[in-house]
Amino acid sequence: MAVISYIQAVTQALREEMKRDDKVFVLGEDVGKRGGVFRATDGLYDEFGEDRVLDTPLAESAIAGVGIGAAMYGMRPVAEMQFADFIMPAVNQIISEAAKTRYRSNNDWSVPMTIRAPYGGGVHGALYHSQSVEAVFANQPGLKIVMPSTPYDVKGLLKASIRDNDPVLFFEHKRAYRLIKGEVPEEDYTLPIGKADVKREGSDITVITYGLCVHFALQAAEKLAEEGIDAHILDLRTVYPLDQQGIIEAASKTGKVLLVTEDNKEGGIISEVSAIISENCLFDLDAPVQRLAGPDVPSMPYAPTMEKFFMMNPDKVEKAMRDLAEF
Amino acid sequence: MGVEKINMPQLGESVTEGTISTWLVEPGDQVNKYDPIAEVMTDKVNAEVPSSFTGVIKELVAEEGETLAVGDLMCHIEVEGSTSEDKPEKSKVEETPVQQEKKPEEKKTTTSQKSAQTKQDKGNKKRYSPAVMTLAQDHEIDLNQIEGSGRGGRITRKDIEKIIESGEIPQAEKDSEENAQPSAQPAAASSEKQASAAAASNVQAGEGDIEIPVNGVRKAIAANMVKSKTEIPHAWMMVEVDVTNLVEFRNAKKKQFKEKEGFSLTYFAFFVKAVAQALKEYPQLNSTWGGDKIIQRKAINLNIAVAKEDQLFVPVIRDADEKSIKGIAKDITDLAGKARDGKLTSKDMEGGTFTVNNTGSFGSVQSMGVINHPQSAILQVESIVKRPVYQNGMFGARDMVNLCLSLDHRVLDGLVAGNFLARVKEILEKMSEDNTSVY
Repeated sequence: MAVISYIQAVTQALREEMKRDDKVFVLGEDVGKRGGVFRATDGLYDEFGEDRVLDTPLAESAIAGVGIGAAMYGMRPVAEMQFADFIMPAVNQIISEAAKTRYRSNNDWSVPMTIRAPYGGGVHGALYHSQSVEAVFANQPGLKIVMPSTPYDVKGLLKASIRDNDPVLFFEHKRAYRLIKGEVPEEDYTLPIGKADVKREGSDITVITYGLCVHFALQAAEKLAEEGIDAHILDLRTVYPLDQQGIIEAASKTGKVLLVTEDNKEGGIISEVSAIISENCLFDLDAPVQRLAGPDVPSMPYAPTMEKFFMMNPDKVEKAMRDLAEF
Repeated sequence: MGVEKINMPQLGESVTEGTISTWLVEPGDQVNKYDPIAEVMTDKVNAEVPSSFTGVIKELVAEEGETLAVGDLMCHIEVEGSTSEDKPEKSKVEETPVQQEKKPEEKKTTTSQKSAQTKQDKGNKKRYSPAVMTLAQDHEIDLNQIEGSGRGGRITRKDIEKIIESGEIPQAEKDSEENAQPSAQPAAASSEKQASAAAASNVQAGEGDIEIPVNGVRKAIAANMVKSKTEIPHAWMMVEVDVTNLVEFRNAKKKQFKEKEGFSLTYFAFFVKAVAQALKEYPQLNSTWGGDKIIQRKAINLNIAVAKEDQLFVPVIRDADEKSIKGIAKDITDLAGKARDGKLTSKDMEGGTFTVNNTGSFGSVQSMGVINHPQSAILQVESIVKRPVYQNGMFGARDMVNLCLSLDHRVLDGLVAGNFLARVKEILEKMSEDNTSVY
């Protein structure tokens, strides 16, 4: 099995889906000739031509709107927001139109569109290139939000998102693009949206997280294993709607739960996870549910020291995990 | 002179690693700060890596063509006047903000110190999590006997799970079990203690006095009476019943009955029958105080008081409302016989819902019964006595009997108790050969 990077898995999934289904096409800023600012659509323009790999104006609302229209017409657009930070002008299209079309039309219309966007910090990107925006969309029934952590999950879940008959927001951690590599089968496969994945079995504490933080937790777990602390790690993979059963099982397994995100602490995905645990797992809990998250500060700062303060990293996760294990 | 490190810097937004294409310096070269030292190729850019220090290149750690993660060591540089021993970390921060610095040694000492401190602190020993409480209850584990491994001596879920796995479950000691057992009848136990304690406190036997040790039955009676009288707010009522017809009826039948059935047709059976019938109509009296509720019993099981020397038993006539007068008389005979022979079983005593006490058998004409806890009333049937009664414009000799009712005033009020007594009186006064069958 080939070892490829996170972003190569994105490209591979896009290429395979475009080959498989003529209705799949890509649109976004610089996705064509340039192959995307991160090179996610590298080579697709040459392979599939300008009709299926569309360079758009700098107008995110239009990217989403065109995608919605095409999707309602039977196409399967994969729209790219150059950075998740730039998705804001398209929020009205996504929440008021894409998410609600099926419901509003009594099932007559649907929007089988995927919106890809690189999110996350730790790359010296500062305010407008480091944000995590999932919580903005995570209370909009009709939307699905996928945030994979590994190349294997990227390929399987991006394919599943493209084939899904409703709008999916597919957030890719930009720091994971070239940092994370892993084995990815060359053949076609999909992974179920809405299903969390146990990334490490353990019995002392449970860490529930998603995206790049999964790797921070895995690294921390390896170090803690030397101290005899055995961590169970659940990767949410889909952050909306959440895999309640998976969360309940993972939390009940050890009764000590640490929730990790690099997003701001208050009102985030992990707050919802915490609510699910408290509703369902009281008599299995052995410690208060802990949240480790970014500070409630408007955005990731540019200054390296400040960025480091804000950004999640394996040391912070390790410290929180050890603290919980000792409780 | 000190040695500094130069690490792979971050060369772009998503860049996490770079490949050294060419070293621009060799060991021994003098470089100034910001001089390029190597060319590095990344996914996005080719760039020159500047020196972070002014000094002499000491050692090239990475080779050309080698791919390094951001933050990995590229080379060492000897710096003049450097206080390298404590500074490299700081410069690393400036150079590669993304890198996670680790000082494992320092960290380990702090944690071990911490755990050493917490070992002594047992402040959380009694702080039980929901999981620990649940497991301890499910497996009847005495948490007092467990050493916790958590912070501040807290017992963790894992501690309990290990104990359960090992099978050596520390249970509460015998002593505390005994304490726990009477909790099935907590009031009995506590009042028993009260009773004996009260007796022990001030009373002393004088010369010539006989001391009789209080045995099991006496003790139980004492406990039950204390419980009834301290817990239940008693109220009393009495009605006078003219049972002249009943007496005639019974006297006419008793000889024949005895010959035929082999046991006596007592007055008491008629009274019990009347009470059972009235209870059916006034179920309020056939009930129990339940703290936040009143439980009205469906079954009418009547305790009757049977005395034997210094002992008092209250066996039960089950489903008295479903029995004929003969059936009741038979039960009374059987139960009284068993009581005399000491053959009453606990089954004979269980499940009573109301008590009828035949105080008349001792010649009593008035008494205030103590309610048989947890019932809500007791009826005392007094002696039947001939008395002159003014009736229909003249005095006549009538067979009169007093019925005395003690009631739990939490459950019952005078009105319903009075209606009940009036109904019992009505039934009894109507009992005659014309309308009553003993079968």
